[in-house]
Amino acid sequence: MAGGFPKEVRGNGLTGIVPVLFAAGLFAYFVSLVPNISSNEVLRWNSAWVPSLGIDLAFLVDGLSLTFALLISGIGTLVLLYSNTYLAGHPQYARFALFLTAFMVSMLGLVLADDLILLFVFWELTTITSYMLIGFSHEGEKSRRNALQALFVTGAGGLAFLAGLILLATFAGTTSISGILTMGDELRAHALYLPILILLLAGTLTKSAQVPFHFWLPNAMAAPTPVSAFLHSATMVKAGIYVMARVHPAMSGTDVWLWTLTILGALTAVFSSLLALRQTDLKQALAYTTLMALGTLTLFLGQESGYAMTAFATFLVVHSLYKASLFLVVGCIDTATGTRETDQLGGLGRLMPITAVAAALAALSMAGFPPFLGFIGKELKYAGAIAVASEPVLVAGAALLSNALMLAVAGVVAFRPFWRGSVPSTQSPQEAPWQMWLGPILLAGLGALFGIYPDLLQVALIAPTVISLTGEVGEVKELKLWAGINVPLMLSIATFVLGLLIYAGHVRLRAFLGRAFAVLPDLDLGWDRFLDGLKAFAKWQTRIVQNGKLSSYLFATFLTIAAGLLLTLVYTGLPTIAVDLSDVEWKHASIALLTIAGAVLALFTNSRIAGIAALGVVGIGIALIFIVFSAPDVAITQLLVETLIVVLVAVVMLRLPSLPKAEFRLSHALLSVAVGASVSLILIAVVSSPLDMRLTDYFEATSWPEAFGRNIVNVILVDFRALDTFGEIAVVVIAALSAYALLRTTRKGGSS
Amino acid sequence: MNSVILRVGTRYLAGLLLVFSFYMMLRGHNEPGGGFIGGLTGATGFVLYAIACGTHDARAALRVLPQTIAIWGLGIALTAGLFAALFGDDLFTGQWLFIGATEDDKGLPLSSVLVFDIGVYLVVFGSILTIVFAMEEEI
Repeated sequence: MAGGFPKEVRGNGLTGIVPVLFAAGLFAYFVSLVPNISSNEVLRWNSAWVPSLGIDLAFLVDGLSLTFALLISGIGTLVLLYSNTYLAGHPQYARFALFLTAFMVSMLGLVLADDLILLFVFWELTTITSYMLIGFSHEGEKSRRNALQALFVTGAGGLAFLAGLILLATFAGTTSISGILTMGDELRAHALYLPILILLLAGTLTKSAQVPFHFWLPNAMAAPTPVSAFLHSATMVKAGIYVMARVHPAMSGTDVWLWTLTILGALTAVFSSLLALRQTDLKQALAYTTLMALGTLTLFLGQESGYAMTAFATFLVVHSLYKASLFLVVGCIDTATGTRETDQLGGLGRLMPITAVAAALAALSMAGFPPFLGFIGKELKYAGAIAVASEPVLVAGAALLSNALMLAVAGVVAFRPFWRGSVPSTQSPQEAPWQMWLGPILLAGLGALFGIYPDLLQVALIAPTVISLTGEVGEVKELKLWAGINVPLMLSIATFVLGLLIYAGHVRLRAFLGRAFAVLPDLDLGWDRFLDGLKAFAKWQTRIVQNGKLSSYLFATFLTIAAGLLLTLVYTGLPTIAVDLSDVEWKHASIALLTIAGAVLALFTNSRIAGIAALGVVGIGIALIFIVFSAPDVAITQLLVETLIVVLVAVVMLRLPSLPKAEFRLSHALLSVAVGASVSLILIAVVSSPLDMRLTDYFEATSWPEAFGRNIVNVILVDFRALDTFGEIAVVVIAALSAYALLRTTRKGGSS
Repeated sequence: MNSVILRVGTRYLAGLLLVFSFYMMLRGHNEPGGGFIGGLTGATGFVLYAIACGTHDARAALRVLPQTIAIWGLGIALTAGLFAALFGDDLFTGQWLFIGATEDDKGLPLSSVLVFDIGVYLVVFGSILTIVFAMEEEI
C-alpha cells in the first residue's frame, strides 16, 4: 500500500456501490425505528422455523438491540464506502464486499434474534465470515495463520456456547430468549445455573477476547484496515458483550457472575492498556485499546446498578464511534505514507488536515476530554464504579488506571503522527479522498455532537438500552457534561494528570514494559506450540491407525466384530446349544461341504485366480442355501453380486504379482476362528429361539390387497419400505461416484 | 482379452442379458426379480462386453456416461416418490392406475411403484458400470 492514494478514484463500479447503498438502506430503516423504541416499545417479528422443536425465526427490537443495530449498520455503511476507495481496483473486491456485507447481516441477525438457536446460527455465521475477512489477504502465510487462530479460538468458544444455550433451553423448556429472560429468579436458583453460566461465558469471553483468550485479537489485525475498523470497533468482538448484556437481566446478580466478570474485565482492561502503550504499530496499539474497552464493558456488565448500566450503554456507543474512526484514520495514514510505525511518522497535520481533524476529534473523545461524549462516558464510568457495592476501590482503580493509559495511547496514536516532528523526506503524503475521510470525520463528529447535546443520545438510545438491561425506567441515569463537583470529576482530573504524565514518559515506559512483559508467558507462542503438538499427535495416530496395509485394516475390522459378538454372548449368557441334525438332507450336507471346500482352498492356495474362484465357490454355496430355503430373490441377487465381484477382483488381481507363499499367521488364524465361532454361536442362538413371524404375517396378508404384488420381497423394497430403498440407492450412487473420483485421481497422480 | 469366440459370443449374449434384465425387472412385482436384480443382470451384460471388446467399445455401445444413468435413476426414483404428494398421500406411497379393469380382471396395472423400480434398475446398472469401467481403464 506504499503507493499512496489512487490518482483517480473510480472505486469498483457496481460491486462497490451496491453494498454501500444496501447498508445505508438498513441504517435508514433502523433509524426509522428509533421513535418507537425511545417511547419504550418493543418490536417483535415471529415466524415458525422448526415447529416440531419449538424453534422460531423470532426477531426482537428493543433498546439494546437497536443500539447495536444502528452501530453495525451505520459504521458498516461508512466502512463499505471507505473500502471501495481503500481497495479500489482490487481484483477480489467483489469477494471482499460480499464477505463484509454477509458479516454485517449476520451481526444484525445476532443482535436482533430472539431465539437461542437462531442466535447461535448468526453467532457462528459471524465467526465464519470474520474468518474470511481476517484471512482476506490469503497469500500471506501470517494472515492465514492469524485468521485460523481467530476461527479456532472463537469456534471452540462457540461450541461451549452452543452447549450452554442447549442447557438453557432445556432448563426453560423454550428457546425464546424473551421468554427465558422472565425466568431470572428460577434460573439463578437452579442447579444448572453454574454450568450454563460457565459455558455461556466460555463463548462470550473468547469472542470478546478477554484475558486469557485475548491473544487472537491483535493478530486479527492481519485483516485489511477497514475490516479491523468494522470487526474490532462495533461488531464481532462486541458480539460476546452483546450476549452477556442480553442475558444480564436473567443471569446477573449472583456472586459468580459478579466476580468472574469484574475480575476478568478489570484484568483485561488494565493489562491490555499497558500492552497498548507498548506497541509502536498504530493498528496494534488500537487493537489493544479495543481489548481495554471490551474489558471495561465486561466489568460493568458484572454489576447491577443503574449507574453501571448507563455507563455500559454510553461507553459502548462512545467506543464504537471513536474506535472505528481511529482505525479508518490509521488506514488513511498507512495509505498515504506506507507505514504505521509511530517512530517514522510526524508532521502529517499540515498535509492531511481533514484526516488530522478527524483523528483529533476521535482521540479527544477517547482520552475523555470535555465536551466530548468520551468525557461523559468516563464520568459515568467513575460514577458506576463508585456505585459498585462490593469493591468500589478495585473497580474505580482499574477504571482510573486504564483511562489514564487510554489518554496516553490516544496521544500516541492520534496526536504524535500529526502534530509532532516533521514529515520524513522520503514520503510525500497527501490528503485522503473524501470517501476515506468522510467516515472518520462523521463518526468523530458524532462523538462531539453527542457530547454537547447528550440528551439526543440519552432519549434515543441510552435510556431504552438501560431499560432493556434493568427492566426499570427509574434506573436510567442522566447523561450530563457538568454534574457538579463530585467524586467522578475529581477522578477525571486525576486521570488527566496521570494520563499526561504517562504520555510524557511513554517512550521510557515502553522500554520498561517490554522488559516486564518478557517475563510473562507468551500465549501466542503457546498457541503455536499447542497446534504443533496437536498436529504431531494427529500424525502419530494416523501412522498407527492408517498404516496403508489392507490386512491390518481388515484385522481391526474383524477384531471389532469378534469382540462385539463375544462380549454380547458373555453379557447375555451362552445360549443352550441344541443342534438337531435329524432333518438334514443330502443336499444340505453337500452344499455345506462345497462351501467348506471353497473356504479351505482359498486359505491354502498360492494362485490369485484360484483364490478368487474359491471365494466365488463360497458365495455360490451361500446362494444355493438361499435357493434350498426358497428365497429366490435373495439367491439371484447373491449369485449376480458374486459373479460381478469375481469379475471385478479378477480385473484387478490378475495384474498383481503372484501371491507370496502362504505362511501361517497365528493372530490371523485365532481371529478367523473367533469370528467364525461367535457368528455360528449367535446363529444357533437365533435359530433355537422361536422366530417372530408377526412381520412376515403382516406382509403376507397385506402385500396383495394393499400393494397389488405377490413377490413380498420386492413389494417391501419398492412400496412398503420405498423410502429406505431410496436412501440405499442414493448411497449406491454416492459410492459409485466416489470410487470413480478416487480411481481417476490416482491415475492423474501417477502420471504426473 | 483377445478372444474371437468370446467377442462374437458376447455380441449376442450382452443383448440377451439386457432383454432378460428388463424382463426380470418387469416381472418383479409378482415373481422373483425386480429393479435390483434387473440392474445387476443388465450390468453383467455390459461388463462382459467390456471384458471381451474393451471399455472403449463398451462405452461407445452404451452411448451415455454410466454415472449419468445412475443419477437419472436416482432422479426417476425420487420423482416416483414425490408423485404421491400430488394426490395428497405421504411420500413414496404407491399410486396405481388399472387400465380396463373389470370385476374379475384388474386389467393393465400401471403404477408409480414400477417407475420407482425403473429408477432402482438404472441406479444399480449405472453405478456398477461406473466402477467397473473406471477400474478397467485404471488398470
